[in-house]
Amino acid sequence: MKKPFQKLPESVVRLVTVFAVFIVGTIVVVKFAIPPRFKDTKIQWADTIKQETAKPVQYAGAVACADCHEEVVAQKRKGYHRDLSCETCHGPAKAHTDDPDKVKPPAPRDRKFCPVCHTFNPSRPRGYPMINPVAHNPMKPCFTCHEPHDPKPPTVPRECSACHGEIARTLSVSHHVQLKCTSCHTVPAQHRVSPRVIRPSKPTSRDFCGKCHAKDSTFKGSPKIDLASHGEKYVCWQCHYPHLPEVE
Amino acid sequence: MMDRRSFLKKLFSSLALSGGVLGGFFRILPAWGQAKEEPAGKLWGFGVSVDKCIGCARCVVACKSENNVPKEPFFYRTWVERYMIPKEGEAEVTNIHTGLAPEAEVPSKPIFRSFFVPKLCNQCAHPPCVQVCPVGATFSTEDGVVLVNDRTCIGCRYCIQACPYGARYLHPATHTADKCTFCYHRLHRGLLPACVEVCPTQARVIGDLHSAASPMTRFKRMNKIFVLKPNLNTEPKVLYANIDGEVR
Amino acid sequence: MNPAMVEKLRELLPQVTGYIYPNEIEVHWGLLIVVYPYITGIVAGAFILASLVKVFNVKEVQPLYRLALLTALAFLLVAPLSLVSHLGHPFRAYEIFLTPQTSSAMAMFGFVYAWYLMVVLLVEIWFDYRKDMIVWSQEETGVMKHVHRVLSLFSKDTSEEALRFDNRALKVITIIGIPSAFLLHGYVGFIFGSIKANPWWSSVLMPIVFLFSAIVSGIALVILLYMIIYPMMGGKIDMKCVDKGMSFLFYAVIVDFSLEFVDFIHRIYQSEEEIKILGELVMNKIFFSLAIVQVLMGMLFPLGILSAIKIFRRFRESEELRKLLYFVSLILIQGGIFATRWNVVIGGQMFSKSFRGLTTYKMEFGGIEGLLYALGLLALPLVILAVLLKILPAWKEFAKNPQET
Repeated sequence: MKKPFQKLPESVVRLVTVFAVFIVGTIVVVKFAIPPRFKDTKIQWADTIKQETAKPVQYAGAVACADCHEEVVAQKRKGYHRDLSCETCHGPAKAHTDDPDKVKPPAPRDRKFCPVCHTFNPSRPRGYPMINPVAHNPMKPCFTCHEPHDPKPPTVPRECSACHGEIARTLSVSHHVQLKCTSCHTVPAQHRVSPRVIRPSKPTSRDFCGKCHAKDSTFKGSPKIDLASHGEKYVCWQCHYPHLPEVE
Repeated sequence: MMDRRSFLKKLFSSLALSGGVLGGFFRILPAWGQAKEEPAGKLWGFGVSVDKCIGCARCVVACKSENNVPKEPFFYRTWVERYMIPKEGEAEVTNIHTGLAPEAEVPSKPIFRSFFVPKLCNQCAHPPCVQVCPVGATFSTEDGVVLVNDRTCIGCRYCIQACPYGARYLHPATHTADKCTFCYHRLHRGLLPACVEVCPTQARVIGDLHSAASPMTRFKRMNKIFVLKPNLNTEPKVLYANIDGEVR
Repeated sequence: MNPAMVEKLRELLPQVTGYIYPNEIEVHWGLLIVVYPYITGIVAGAFILASLVKVFNVKEVQPLYRLALLTALAFLLVAPLSLVSHLGHPFRAYEIFLTPQTSSAMAMFGFVYAWYLMVVLLVEIWFDYRKDMIVWSQEETGVMKHVHRVLSLFSKDTSEEALRFDNRALKVITIIGIPSAFLLHGYVGFIFGSIKANPWWSSVLMPIVFLFSAIVSGIALVILLYMIIYPMMGGKIDMKCVDKGMSFLFYAVIVDFSLEFVDFIHRIYQSEEEIKILGELVMNKIFFSLAIVQVLMGMLFPLGILSAIKIFRRFRESEELRKLLYFVSLILIQGGIFATRWNVVIGGQMFSKSFRGLTTYKMEFGGIEGLLYALGLLALPLVILAVLLKILPAWKEFAKNPQET
């Protein structure tokens, strides 16, 4: 048994002893002294999932509201705000569902609230109802005219600009400023009710623009072109933006 | 020549073979034979319709109060970017933090197009953050959500460096990494994530990618889908519909 | 909450240009993480210098051998300190040993470090000093006698055979040590190079560039320390040794420079999506530390000086002049390598991963992430080295009377 050790120089024996003590010590400590919770990620992950799922909820969810507020929910279901959750405006209401008498969610009546969504902003999708809060009935709280659970304009918008602010703004500095929207677009009545489903028409023929811009048009003061030779493959608005036609 | 033994052997093996084929085909084998084909659990996916987002940042506010995210504008689990692509020059991007200013905004120069893009953790199928975490404090759950164990996270911030989407931050109170969990605690209770709950225009959708009938299935059927930074092969589970090439 | 930190971030806001993701304003890896690769670089480089003697039989640099080993040890002991102190939870650092994730380059740190410290460096030093420690402990009295006896693990064998074995063991360990030193610093480069989200870091060349800059900084520091410590102890600088060392340094700088140049050209030629923001980063944010300190002062100047010494006879003849020029270039090289680490670590976090904007880094003065603490970390290895030199004198000619040093 001693023979292989005798062959090794004593220096190696000493080193190996130190290392062996160290390594064995480490293994023993890791294996026996440390509980598995500290060295097994599987256990740690299961704990994390438990901890994560146990976190408290702030927003109760729209379904919870319908339990008590049937009428409002029924009213809302018919209006434009049908897809809106109650808590979008009323704020997190879990505390309210836990103890309805003690905690009441706020009902925002400030004029600053609705414009967060409805102020005119050119980045918002086309046709989304937007207003200019400075010009739109200043100082009047929104809910005096609009019932928030079934918002409708008091009258169906007369002006297209009520929804199409970006186009109206562009048009206001263009040569076509005098044209009415309906000069070029036919607007079905349904468009005001389902604006995204029923859409207004666009001119379909070159002759439509030609009424003013063809060589032989009798209209005065508009640039004229020869319809026969000018870009025959396209309808005019495929190259020219009619809401802001080129100056040249 | 066929003795009885080999005949029986052949008979049994052919019976077993045909039975196996039939059983496999009609799924009449006992359960252990089909163990692998059992329907997989949930796999959460998230959809963002860019052209529905109105940039109201209700999602950001809701996320911060639901998930205890610091209110300061340097820590986000979700945020909304605004893109303005001008007629000339570079796209301008800004971060919408506490909702748009209630004043109507008019862009200072002519723009071609403009839109909002909600951002959140992409819950990648190959998450670089999980790959680099030295202690296994961040991991993918079986239903496809990447979570952080804030009891073992050492705060080395390697995951923050590795995330291509800037979706992680170091929580200033716990000194551990923090990120969107799809509101894991809400999903567990059958609720929608806070941001999806409050989104007024359904720009955000969540659902089970494995389910044949889930909002995500419809989202994938009805839209052209893009993911962020596909070249990095992270395979995000947050899908974007109708997104612009400028978005990174 | 942490109001001081929020205040700090608020101050940064006006300095952000373009668009950055909102979570990106804070530079997460600060000065401490600059110091870390700088220190491990010195460790790897110093060891490579030591291996020149044992494996490649470069007899001229023998006077640097023990100093290089002790320098490597001193810096290696400090290296984890900068890492641990930057953690959000320094007291959880042990997790890296209990639940290491094999997919994480950083998790391998503990093992690469332990391997390098225990198996390579300590064993090599032990074998090299074993005989001397035995001799010293026999001659000495008082505390030092016991210190040396314990350190030699009570070894007594000074026979010819044992000494021959020591020498053979040294050679084997050095041969294991070279790839280990490469591993130690190559892996630090890999920590950065493997981050595909960050185009400034993500490069195959990163570990190799780190390696060669490590060799440069290690060799330079050991020669510098030799030129300072040896005369202080009353010795006369062995110019043959310094000349040879500087010659190796010269080639290392050339390789390092070429590698970084290749990386640079490659990026510009491929000019991918991120090239614009990287261009802005280089021109606006790190121009001084990259172009001036790292390239001009840290590489081109010293290269010029060293080539001049090689070419012109006048420099070769005057020892004093040469010493001065060496000294200047060594200091410039140290500054350059530190700037290299700065540009990689800090530079890589100053641009947004949206490639649309830049944030900025404001160095603190006090506090854990501050300049003072970093300077302390850089000074600490020198203190450790002084203690090590006291216990394990590097040069035999002074060893007989360690008290006089």
